[in-house]
Amino acid sequence: MSEGGANKKGLTVTPVSKIMDKEYIRRALMRIAHEILEKNKGMEGLCLVGIRTRGAVLAQRLNQCMEEIEGRGVPLGILDINLYRDDLTLIDHQPVVRETLIDFDLNDKKIVLVDDVLFTGRTIRAALDALIDFGRPANIQLAVLVDRGHRDLPIRADYAGKNIPTALDDDVRVKLRESDQADDEVLVVKRKIK
Amino acid sequence: MSEWKKTNLLDLQDLSKEEIDLVFETAKSFKEVSAREVKKVPALRGKTVVMLFFETSTRTRTSFELAAKRLSADTINIAASSSALSKGESVLDTARNIEAMNVDMIVVRHRSSGIPGMLSENLKASVINAGDGCRSHPTQALLDIFTIKEKLGRMEGLKVGIVGDILHSRVARSNIWGLTTLGAQVTLCGPSTLMPVDIEKMGVTVNYNVDEVVREVDVLMLLRLQKERQQDNFLPSIREYAKEFGINSSRLKQAKKDMLIMHPGPTNRGVELSADVADGERSVILEQVTNGVAIRMAILYLLSGTHKSIETEQE
Repeated sequence: MSEGGANKKGLTVTPVSKIMDKEYIRRALMRIAHEILEKNKGMEGLCLVGIRTRGAVLAQRLNQCMEEIEGRGVPLGILDINLYRDDLTLIDHQPVVRETLIDFDLNDKKIVLVDDVLFTGRTIRAALDALIDFGRPANIQLAVLVDRGHRDLPIRADYAGKNIPTALDDDVRVKLRESDQADDEVLVVKRKIK
Repeated sequence: MSEWKKTNLLDLQDLSKEEIDLVFETAKSFKEVSAREVKKVPALRGKTVVMLFFETSTRTRTSFELAAKRLSADTINIAASSSALSKGESVLDTARNIEAMNVDMIVVRHRSSGIPGMLSENLKASVINAGDGCRSHPTQALLDIFTIKEKLGRMEGLKVGIVGDILHSRVARSNIWGLTTLGAQVTLCGPSTLMPVDIEKMGVTVNYNVDEVVREVDVLMLLRLQKERQQDNFLPSIREYAKEFGINSSRLKQAKKDMLIMHPGPTNRGVELSADVADGERSVILEQVTNGVAIRMAILYLLSGTHKSIETEQE
């Protein structure tokens, strides 16, 4: 699948390739849920924390998978990392901050942090700082739908839906039903500067 | 959601409905921060906020200072009585000297209207109005409206009564702007000597009968009778004011069931409201104070992201 055309920044956008579809995403999440349960030997002390916006959606879905497997879910939290970003002094306008909702005690818990795309690792760094302000978890693990490489920081995913080799200027776009009002898919958009 | 472009916060009338909503949305997140065990986020690390208070304040100054500290900014307090102002330095010179120490934001309160505006035109630092004369107190109005929205869930069509010394009240003026912008209907009530002429032009109604107002409204906002501004015989006596306009539990018998009682503080118990009303079920006075920190965090956060591009004028 591919399409051409120029966007407003004067970049030629071509081609677009779909690397995950709805079924692929569903199976990947189910596999990750199994892996999490296997590695943690069950759900004792386990919690899911999703990073706004799509990480929160994915955490919710992972919890549904766990319900299917084990008959019950785990405590679920939502984290907004904007206040912990390392580029607040560099960007022009402050990002819109939304509520962080973690209504359980995370001291001594096993936290699985969930995000959609793992890229530079800077979001995860911010999320780790934010989580530690809430307490002292036993450990923090990372689950992502897509790992696209190009890390700026020594961070890795414990669970990944798919590893994709990308060029630095590629765009990886995740669309999810709940957050994007579109069918689930993951696209890689190759960008070429005119 | 709309993008924040303001570099100063001088008046509520500078803000659009969308910008007010953005402040509220941001404040909601910050309220959660204040409820944590570790009440601090690193968003304003390395920024310096100066509180320049030419008029006394407990609530507002503490609230701004806590807000700045919870965002990891550094804060300094300057009170007029203990600064070079008492040695005859002008307001602008004081502010310019403070700015020369590379501060990012100045929170200012002054008894004269327009001082924050004048400073904002002459300084590169962002200026936040924490009350100027009888004119404007934008963060107070924002926290009042945020509290109403949180409690009642809506603004459109809501009836809000403001009772007291409207003439001298910057809180009333800012609230009138904010409330009418968001679609609420405002009724003012108070002694005719303390009601500004032609205030109806702000889109409000005036009713001198406090019992009628109590019956109608969803929210009753009481203002402090500013004893320091009553030297010019506006009132026969404080007692007479308390009898005519003071809110007590017998007066509240006719009120709607879920009507809220609000007060910007400090309260004069026994004057504008009785002690049992101040501590009663309807009262959200302390919640206003809690929300004040969240609103001020939101304002500091949003302003810190915009940079002044205007050249400062040099005389």
